[in-house]
Amino acid sequence: MSWEEVIGLANYWLFILLMMIGFYMVISRGNLVKKIVGLNIFQSAVCLFYISMGVVKDGTAPILDSHFTVYTNPLPSVLILTAIVVGVATTAVGLALVVRIKEAYGTIEEDELLKIESEDGE
Amino acid sequence: MIADQLPALQVALPLIAAPFCVFLRRPLPAWGWAMAVTMACLGMAISLLLAVLHGGPISYHVGDWDPPWGIELRVDMLTAFVLVLVSGIGALVMAYARESVRAEIPSERHALFYAMYLLCLTGLLGMTITGDAFNLFVFLEISSLSTYAMVGLGKGRQALLAAYNYLILGTVGATFYVLGVGLLYMITGTLNMADLAERLPAVANTRTFVAAAGFLAVGLSLKLALFPLHKWLPPAYAHAPSVVTAFLASTATKVSLYVLIRIFVEVLAPAFRAAHLPGPLSEGDVVTILALVAMFSGSFVAIFQADAKRMLAYSSVAQIGYMVLGVSMLTVTGLSAGLVHMFNHAIIKATLFLAVGCVFLRIGSVQVKDMAGLGKRMPLTMAAFVLGGLSLIGIPGTGGFVSKWQLVMGAFEKGWWWAALLIGLSSLLAVVYVWKVVEVAYFKPAPKDAPPVKEAPISMLVPLALIALCNLFFGLQTDWSLGVARAAAASLLGGGTP
Repeated sequence: MSWEEVIGLANYWLFILLMMIGFYMVISRGNLVKKIVGLNIFQSAVCLFYISMGVVKDGTAPILDSHFTVYTNPLPSVLILTAIVVGVATTAVGLALVVRIKEAYGTIEEDELLKIESEDGE
Repeated sequence: MIADQLPALQVALPLIAAPFCVFLRRPLPAWGWAMAVTMACLGMAISLLLAVLHGGPISYHVGDWDPPWGIELRVDMLTAFVLVLVSGIGALVMAYARESVRAEIPSERHALFYAMYLLCLTGLLGMTITGDAFNLFVFLEISSLSTYAMVGLGKGRQALLAAYNYLILGTVGATFYVLGVGLLYMITGTLNMADLAERLPAVANTRTFVAAAGFLAVGLSLKLALFPLHKWLPPAYAHAPSVVTAFLASTATKVSLYVLIRIFVEVLAPAFRAAHLPGPLSEGDVVTILALVAMFSGSFVAIFQADAKRMLAYSSVAQIGYMVLGVSMLTVTGLSAGLVHMFNHAIIKATLFLAVGCVFLRIGSVQVKDMAGLGKRMPLTMAAFVLGGLSLIGIPGTGGFVSKWQLVMGAFEKGWWWAALLIGLSSLLAVVYVWKVVEVAYFKPAPKDAPPVKEAPISMLVPLALIALCNLFFGLQTDWSLGVARAAAASLLGGGTP
């Protein structure tokens, strides 16, 4: 792989890095809110991936006009609009559950929750 | 013509109807409305099935945009079959839900619960009917988000943790799926499933394609709870309200399996045949091994559960193993075994979980040890449980026997005698855990100081009896289940349309 190729794929490196940061947070963090933050970063990475793959160099927004000839592919951006809405809904449901967990257990730290669970005899 | 719009209405009706439940607010009108809507969905699914049987596959273009640009809804025989299964179970469980929900969920949340139920049904029907890979993701999330909320409504605080863990894993699975679809879009420029299947073989020898297949496989297996990605399933099923468990166990994982078959057997298989994949193990072998491990680990762990719902949840993990084993054979017999087991297992698990729901309503516990003497005190409920259990084991004359027989035939056809042996052995494990409940319920006398227990109310017994008798019916009458499955499997593997 030549240096030009590595630089040329910059958006994908960034996307992989972000995705792994998010995924690592989901797995490693014990705080339930931080897990959701990680999940958000994970999803944002996929959003970036979609949008950057649709971009055409020197392309404009797809407006029908004689001045413009090169357009960026609008479909991935449109798809990601939907995915962002889904992500917001997921975050909302997740945070609502965290609030209920805090009310029911008095903590949102995973290790403390597991301790309470094992004391409950589950 | 209204009949031409049926594919769109099938999904749009429950979606539009869901908010009305919230407007109705009071429990009884909300339930009545949801009941009417689920019955209407069942009616539409049946008429779609009849239309497909007589006139061949239906392709519906949303907003009159022609595929592959617009979203296509595609109904072939398999789709219609799954639509009838999902909406049928949906209507049956809804009839049962009235009493059960009243006992398990505070009354101010009933209307919200029914709205969630309809949204979940929307998502599942949409996943089944859509012919567009990205649209499928949207429906997947509609059903998942409503499921998380419904699981969280369960009694006791563990339900919240179960819902949270399900949310995290479910979202990771769905995001993996989107990523896979994105990679496929990158190399083909299309999202329509039929179009993808046509264009993929030309670009099959790229790393992008292999990565996409990997992401799709992991994402969908998470949703399907295929071993070892099943960790979310037992707690979610054990702590959700009885109605939700019965509905999810018999529809959500089944629809995920259907999607897995659609994506892998229909969309990706032509490309796999064109690709030169390195390595000693093909992707089919890996899946076969995972399915076999699921069959044993699920059944084995189920034996040691004290909680009947958790026990049945682990049994589900094992049964998913059977279905995936059938699919991984990639022969007509094997695939039809997977499909027919998907159908029969939906009926089996609905019977078992609905029976356990009746028990919970009357004795307030689902611990196996608390079920002593129930065979005499709740004879009808326990009879239904036994019937479901027999079908789960695969006793001749029940639905479970038909699908396991088919699976064994598929294994012999491939020369996998060891797989046939393992199927028999893991069925013996099912005998152990079903017997544990039967022994306590029928042969242990109720404790002296036990409060009197009545049989479950009639509104719950009727759906339970109906679904329990389905186990017998589909054990004797196999044209509708096995016949359809075989035709669907042949058309999927033949590559052509039925």
